[in-house]
Amino acid sequence: METTGKIVGVNGNMITVAFDAAVAQNEVGYACLEQGGTTQRLMSEIVRIRGRLADMQVFEDTRDVQIGDVVSFSGNLLSAELGPGLLKQIYDGLQNPLPQLAAQCGFFLQRGTYLDALDRDAQWMFTPAAKSGDRLTAGETLGTVPEGIFQHRIMVPFAMSGVYTVKSLAPAGPYTVTQEVAVLADADGHDHSVTMLQRWPVKLPITCFAERLKPVDTMTTRIRSVDTFFPVALGGTYCIPGPFGAGKTVLQQITSRYADVDIVVLAACGERAGEVVETLREFPKLPDPRTGKTLMDRTVIICNTSSMPVASREASVYTAVTIASYYRQMGLNVLMLADSTSRWAQALRELSGRLEEIPGEEAFPAYLESLIANFYERAGLVRLKDGSTGSVTIGGTVSPAGGNFDEPVTQSTLKVVGAFHGLSRARSDARRFPAIDPLDSWSKYQSVIDKERVEALRSILRRGNDVAQMMKVVGEEGTSIQDFIVYLKGELLDAVYLQQNAFNDVDAATPAKRQQEMFGVIEKAMLADYPFAKKDTARKFFQNMAQAFIDWNQTPADAPEYASRRDAIMQTTEEASRHA
Amino acid sequence: MHKVYHTIDNLSGSIITLRAEGVKYRELAQVTSRAGTSLAQVIKLSGDTVTLQVFAGARGIATDGKVRFLGHPMRVHFSDSLLGRAFTGSGSPRDKGPVLTDNLIEIGTPSVNPAKRIIPRNMVRTNIPMIDVFNSLVESQKLPVFARAGEPYNPLLARIALQAEVDIIILGGMGLKYDDYLSFRDTLDESGALSRTVMFVHTASDPIVECMLVPDIALSTAEQFALQGKKVLVLLTDMTSFADALKEIAITMEQIPSNRGYPGDLYSQLASRYEKAVDFDTAGSITILAVTTMPGDDVTHPVPDNTGYITEGQFYLRNGRIEPFGSLSRLKQHVNKDTREDHRTIMDAMIKLYSAFKETQEKQSMGFRMTDWDEKLLKYGMRFEREMMDLSVNIPLEKALDLGWQILADCFNPDETGIPSKLINTFWPKK
Ligand SMILES: Nc1ncnc2c1ncn2[C@@H]1O[C@H](COP(=O)(O)OP(=O)(O)OP(=O)(O)O)[C@@H](O)[C@H]1O
Ligand SMILES: [Mg+2]
Repeated sequence: METTGKIVGVNGNMITVAFDAAVAQNEVGYACLEQGGTTQRLMSEIVRIRGRLADMQVFEDTRDVQIGDVVSFSGNLLSAELGPGLLKQIYDGLQNPLPQLAAQCGFFLQRGTYLDALDRDAQWMFTPAAKSGDRLTAGETLGTVPEGIFQHRIMVPFAMSGVYTVKSLAPAGPYTVTQEVAVLADADGHDHSVTMLQRWPVKLPITCFAERLKPVDTMTTRIRSVDTFFPVALGGTYCIPGPFGAGKTVLQQITSRYADVDIVVLAACGERAGEVVETLREFPKLPDPRTGKTLMDRTVIICNTSSMPVASREASVYTAVTIASYYRQMGLNVLMLADSTSRWAQALRELSGRLEEIPGEEAFPAYLESLIANFYERAGLVRLKDGSTGSVTIGGTVSPAGGNFDEPVTQSTLKVVGAFHGLSRARSDARRFPAIDPLDSWSKYQSVIDKERVEALRSILRRGNDVAQMMKVVGEEGTSIQDFIVYLKGELLDAVYLQQNAFNDVDAATPAKRQQEMFGVIEKAMLADYPFAKKDTARKFFQNMAQAFIDWNQTPADAPEYASRRDAIMQTTEEASRHA
Repeated sequence: MHKVYHTIDNLSGSIITLRAEGVKYRELAQVTSRAGTSLAQVIKLSGDTVTLQVFAGARGIATDGKVRFLGHPMRVHFSDSLLGRAFTGSGSPRDKGPVLTDNLIEIGTPSVNPAKRIIPRNMVRTNIPMIDVFNSLVESQKLPVFARAGEPYNPLLARIALQAEVDIIILGGMGLKYDDYLSFRDTLDESGALSRTVMFVHTASDPIVECMLVPDIALSTAEQFALQGKKVLVLLTDMTSFADALKEIAITMEQIPSNRGYPGDLYSQLASRYEKAVDFDTAGSITILAVTTMPGDDVTHPVPDNTGYITEGQFYLRNGRIEPFGSLSRLKQHVNKDTREDHRTIMDAMIKLYSAFKETQEKQSMGFRMTDWDEKLLKYGMRFEREMMDLSVNIPLEKALDLGWQILADCFNPDETGIPSKLINTFWPKK
């Protein structure tokens, strides 16, 4: 018997439902809307239970809902479908495939239409890896199917607890995701049929691995400011707060192209639809620098943009991280990017307001901090049961009100992440991109360059900034030549190393090896003593240096001028400092 | 037949509650009282208690007022007969034309499937160099003008509307001064554009709920025209009044405010309107040009701040000029590579030099010594402001680019501009 309830209240996207059999927190139900002889089923989730009343957030527009309408409960928590065929997909926050939805409904989204996340007709070439009689637990491999360039592991479903004996395995061959590929017997001798498709409740972490490890290796992004100064580790977490227009989205777009990972899951959470469109139109055409395939082949897009139902924003980040964790179970490095976590927090705030909870700062709910912490906790480097490792790295943008970082979402996030890329309005106004503030940002992870060497240059940057501040008051005339040179050095480092021209094919992406070489060259220029007597000579010298560097930055590594341009810079440094 | 209710339990601001059955969420009702008749919309259902938002406000409604539910959500007429007409925020005629009751469409309908969107590709020409050259406006873009109250943003909107080659202009006025409404109408009329214009105008003296309806009604109408293949330009002025209406109503509803009294869903409310901007693959398009006045000239105020997070850039209108700094068209790179080969170069070079001019000007004001280079910059900056930035300048993009070269040549040597020699050879004006 299906559990049902009746609607007794509607307030925005929240309904209150009277029920009389057992229901669970976070259980999914469908509000059934009779209209013109057809029934529309609006997906909803229980967010609070009080006595015989359940408050549910509806993932759709609630227009036309009436008191007395029936809600049918599903008995399941909000879940994602996992299996081969997730890659290249474009889903909404509830994992509806948007292109298929468009084929069915046309230009506009239509509430109450839910499609299978995974194609039921597609066939996958299954190769068994386990044998009859093997004793396996959740997350261990039964077989594999090729999905693009990956060996997609078909695993014992994560929700199956205990040890199972493989009773039979399907022979190698093509299967759809709903065909049986294995029969597993539990300790009591009951048989369980297993297909390539499994479901997992998105709000629960997937934990069927052997152990969690500390993230160590740098996840290179080819963004110099990040990899050298504020690195991110595979399995680590980082955030990008910044005012509007400071470059959060562009930074994530660049990262999604060049990050040295196997798979990228993008969650466009409550931001502009147009930005996702750029990604989904361009990725199928752009080559993946690592594999030569297209970028789309390694990407999953979860797209719940700002005009789509607010309640699904929360679902979208969880769906994304669940898909990321699923691929981690295959020994892959997965990067999940969320733009913007503030929109998710705002959705929570709206919900909390409707539940009339006691508000915290800026009316965000008091539990915001622990939700954010739990979310980032789902990142991590793990050792799987077969000994291989996999990772989920999470990067989230934050959109603080007024660009002021002293607000609940930024502050809660900063407490839990391993790296902070703070974007500054001053830098983006001056078109110094990426606008990552080199003085305020930090990272706890390992850089592609030794820490001491990085710190040495950062301190010049800091001193240069001090001089610049002072110069605003006393003018150039009142500044000593020594200070002035420190200032020019800081400006040089910023102009040629921190700043990167996203629109120049070569400069846009600097691989780790090239960063190390570049760092050596700029380091030399920064640490040298220059005996200039006049500020104009010094300025001219640094201007020329900057020009020479930028030319070099834009030279492909395999071009004949590459070495000569580098050597010219080194020689100029040497000559200028020789007289010291 | 719809039942009529005669007892209203509570009245507050524009909100009333009563007991009723069989009512749908977001359904419309007609409220009749001594003060007259107004539409109202269901905004909350709790057991048999229905909360309604009365479009004309609850003032003058008596506890024995009559409430009749209409069985459907808000709808408006749509057809070509809208053209040339003016309506209020709830869709009643503001002019002397007939009431239109057939061909009804719902407003505030679901958003476009992102998979059906395309990358914007057409430039909208305005003949304003600060836009065309430096921050090109793009078809399907959503762009606000940030300004202090009192800046000439409404004439600017009208001018762009007339210049842009669009099929339909839709004006959504919120808290508009009556005189400003008349100026809009006269400007459009004089240039013969009124016959392709529809106006939905809430003036400062109209009921607050109608202010809140203007963007939805304007954009839903725009959407219908766009689906017919029309290029539609929607002008929304002033979105800060819209946000203030939201705030006022949220406070009456005793919602917990998030920031300076504005409701926590301000971002979502604004976004669901602005995101109506679209370029349909096989039909027309909607471009939105809005005005957001900045209380206290403060861009961190919640309304401009939330807007900036939603729109695709912004124009800062300050002292009657579009500021080159801060102003940004985030879509310009989609169109400014195919205009003329020197477009991007002129854009970058002139802005860089103008920024150097600003620094020099600051140095000058602090009494520091001026070098020869400073003198050149000062000359350049003055000409840039007078011949490019001034809003009275009205020239096509190509003329503006030519003028740019001329100003550069009059002020600098080629190698002082940082422009690649290839373009210098082609474009640098010969003496
Ligand atoms: N690395 C970059 N190189 C060149 N231009 C950039 C770069 N990053 C950002 N920009 C410029 O800044 C604009 C805004 O960037 P972006 O959309 O990433 O901002 P954002 O921080 O995501 O803003 P919002 O919070 O409003 O979404 C871009 O359209 C582009 O013009
Ligand atoms: Mg962004």
